[in-house]
Amino acid sequence: MSDTNERISGIVGENDVVLFMKGTPLFPQCGFSSRAVAILDHCGVAYESVDVLQDMDVRQGIKAFSDWPTIPQLYVKGEFVGGSDIMMEMFEAGELQQLLDEKAVAKA
Amino acid sequence: MPMSAAEIEGMIRSALPDAEVEIRDLAGDGDHYAAHVVSPAFAGKSRVQQHKMVYEALGGKMGGVLHALQLTTQAPT
Repeated sequence: MSDTNERISGIVGENDVVLFMKGTPLFPQCGFSSRAVAILDHCGVAYESVDVLQDMDVRQGIKAFSDWPTIPQLYVKGEFVGGSDIMMEMFEAGELQQLLDEKAVAKA
Repeated sequence: MPMSAAEIEGMIRSALPDAEVEIRDLAGDGDHYAAHVVSPAFAGKSRVQQHKMVYEALGGKMGGVLHALQLTTQAPT
């Protein structure tokens, strides 16, 4: 396993809810990341974010890690949930809230 | 060069021949698209798996040339 993979694995393992995104929750640098942040804020959960623009290794590595070509990417309790489109679909169906409830993640 | 809607639709259809594909050019700039794909091949698959099938059909263009494609997928109801 490469160093980057181990680092990503560590971040995903240590945080209940992690969003890999472009920019920060306060200053998202892309519309899709902005949408992902808005959804998580709506769900009212505490989450960690990783700005991939600050780390080229993670920016590339996260795509291989999940076999998913785009950013943002959401992980809950170590599991890859999806990108912003899937987050939106799940949110609209009430499934994201349900997942976060079931996994008993901390509220913001 | 950004991809045309027809090109995107063609790539998805060649990998998922029985799919219904609807592409919208969101900003009218030939660069920001929304695609809705309905295919029997999605039955019993998770959303992540369904999206991965479409990304695979797009042959590595997603996240590269195609950076702004909103995607929704479903099996026929």
